[in-house]
Amino acid sequence: MTTTSDIYESGGSGRADDIFATSPADEADAEGATILNATGGDWDDLVEEATALNEERIVVNMGPQHPSTHGVLRLILELDGETVTEARAGIGYLHTGIEKNMEFRTWTQGVTFCTRMDYLTPLFNEAAYCLAVEKLLGITDDIPERAQIIRVMMMEFNRIGSHLVAMGTGGMEMGATTVMTVGFRERERILSIFEMVSGLRMNNAYIRPGGVAQDIPHGTIDAVREAIPLISKGVHELELLMVENPILKGRMQRVGYLDLTGCMALGMTGPILRSAGLPLDLRKDEPYCGYETYDFDVVTRTEADAYARLCVRLDEIHESLKIVEQCADRLQAKPGPVMVADKKIAWPSQLSVGSDGQGNSPDHIREIMGTSMESLIHHFKIVTEGFRVPTGQVYAPVEAPKGELGCHLVSDGGTRPYRAHFREPSFNNLQGTAAMCEGGQVADVIVAVASIDPVMGGVDR
Amino acid sequence: MSDQTPAPRDEAENLPAAPGTTPEPVQIGVRHGMFGAQDSGDTSGYDGLVSPILFPATAVRPYGRYFDEVADLLQEALDDRATPYTDAVERVVVDRDELTLFIRREHLLAVAQALRDEPALRFELCLGVSGVHYPHETGRELHAVYHLMSITHGHRRIRLEVTAPDDDPHIPSIVSVYPANDWHERETWDMFGIQFDGHPSLTRILMPDDWPGHPQRKDYPLGGIPVEYKGGTVPPPDQRRSYN
Repeated sequence: MTTTSDIYESGGSGRADDIFATSPADEADAEGATILNATGGDWDDLVEEATALNEERIVVNMGPQHPSTHGVLRLILELDGETVTEARAGIGYLHTGIEKNMEFRTWTQGVTFCTRMDYLTPLFNEAAYCLAVEKLLGITDDIPERAQIIRVMMMEFNRIGSHLVAMGTGGMEMGATTVMTVGFRERERILSIFEMVSGLRMNNAYIRPGGVAQDIPHGTIDAVREAIPLISKGVHELELLMVENPILKGRMQRVGYLDLTGCMALGMTGPILRSAGLPLDLRKDEPYCGYETYDFDVVTRTEADAYARLCVRLDEIHESLKIVEQCADRLQAKPGPVMVADKKIAWPSQLSVGSDGQGNSPDHIREIMGTSMESLIHHFKIVTEGFRVPTGQVYAPVEAPKGELGCHLVSDGGTRPYRAHFREPSFNNLQGTAAMCEGGQVADVIVAVASIDPVMGGVDR
Repeated sequence: MSDQTPAPRDEAENLPAAPGTTPEPVQIGVRHGMFGAQDSGDTSGYDGLVSPILFPATAVRPYGRYFDEVADLLQEALDDRATPYTDAVERVVVDRDELTLFIRREHLLAVAQALRDEPALRFELCLGVSGVHYPHETGRELHAVYHLMSITHGHRRIRLEVTAPDDDPHIPSIVSVYPANDWHERETWDMFGIQFDGHPSLTRILMPDDWPGHPQRKDYPLGGIPVEYKGGTVPPPDQRRSYN
């Protein structure tokens, strides 16, 4: 049989109608030129060599579009059969330049950007940023008590919502859709309260430098009191469904193990660290927003696996509900302002819902348009130019549902942040993927990553 | 940039300090005009105003809170490790209840090691590194800012700040001391172009691998396109009239 290589090697003496045939003139031109022979043929040797090694090592890309990788997380897994020998996380697919963008907006507008980082914990992002701005301004002690109580209430509701999604999506990734539907059903109650208070279900931009955007509307405390037992009941339903479930325990116990030494080395905080037994909780250790006045416990486990993290999250929901209850009592007892008294920092107007949607309150419009020229000027200045913040840098941490969320802010004395950086807990904790997954099964990777609870909006910012 | 150590405070506290005896604030740039408007005239009459941007000055003892204790302990620990404190710590800033130690980059690793390992210091947790670009600070344009926390000693926090010039953007990596800093250093390399020497694999992490430039430097434009809305055009944020 004549193969292609035979034709080339035989010097090109093909048939006359062969379009690849060469003429004597061509051959004369080619005299002395390098001749490359496309013989190939090494493949058989390669295959034999690989078979002799008896290796089944393959590298698999999981994501960035895989439904069970928590958003656009890309996992690069090196597998030996079903065993993961190496796991690496590839991130950056949701990088939106929030930190850079914040350098081009006023201090107040920055809230609108950072609330979109970890979209499951918007109020924590806002709180960390606003606490940092307030520290730079030196007005930390001037924030009205009512504003602090509202912040705490909203943050604790948000913690419950975030934990419910963590467990719900984690359950869904293991194939338990009921966990997801129950989790999202309960979260819906929280989102309704968010909508009632801030007008938005997510990306609330509700906590502002100096306080909160507006006071809670009438009926909120009743709605909160109504929601607490319902959420408690729903979470109990989740507990009945999950905690003693033999299949779930089989999937989660001794999976995604990271002991205290590993946690400390990798800078883990939040439920991951507490599941290893260290009761590190900034709400207790470095209280902000008046957390030292609330009665709650720090939940820990010692097993340091995915199941322990699940238990920590479930118990933290009950602790958060305790705090929310205390907030409701205080809010009822203590009316008052929700924005710092300094009119050079406080946003000039409150919002209200009119017949044409949400907007500035009619009273404020009447004042600036009808009665006070100075108010109009002031409104214009503070809304378009913003306030100036003295030079310097600060770091303000809060205990987010996923761990320590820190905001490093630098001001050059202008109306915009000179540099805003967020130490995102998801970003840091995702480094633990390799330590938790290597040596385990492919199916355990999903459980381990779900127990880290990374949200890519926060990881990539 | 004042490199000299702070002069001892005059005993007569109430007298004004003689010039040159108290620490000077650090100037990182100047601001022109009253509103920072670049595109149109400043009608306030203050468009000729030039004001320096001053950062907090070097602190003088006592620093307050636990800061003196940390500084003393660090001095002892560094002396044990044959790294003189005055060589390693360039200056100390106490501002807004936070302690910042400016560390010379060649001694960063020794300082980090001492802060982590010395039982009396024991800063176990490094909360990442954040880059800051000060283009007007000639010779120290790039800053790497580390936040450390000690769980053992009642949640003390300190900040380390290390600078590097733009044309030699090298800072030693502290991943060998704090493995948690792996991704944080990669992010700072990605965003600011600071090369962390000794990092196990300093590659881009948020931007694509073949991305040119380091986006969060001040000389890197924000980008964006004009947006049309109801016949009007809104320029991108960095080209709008601003008041900075």
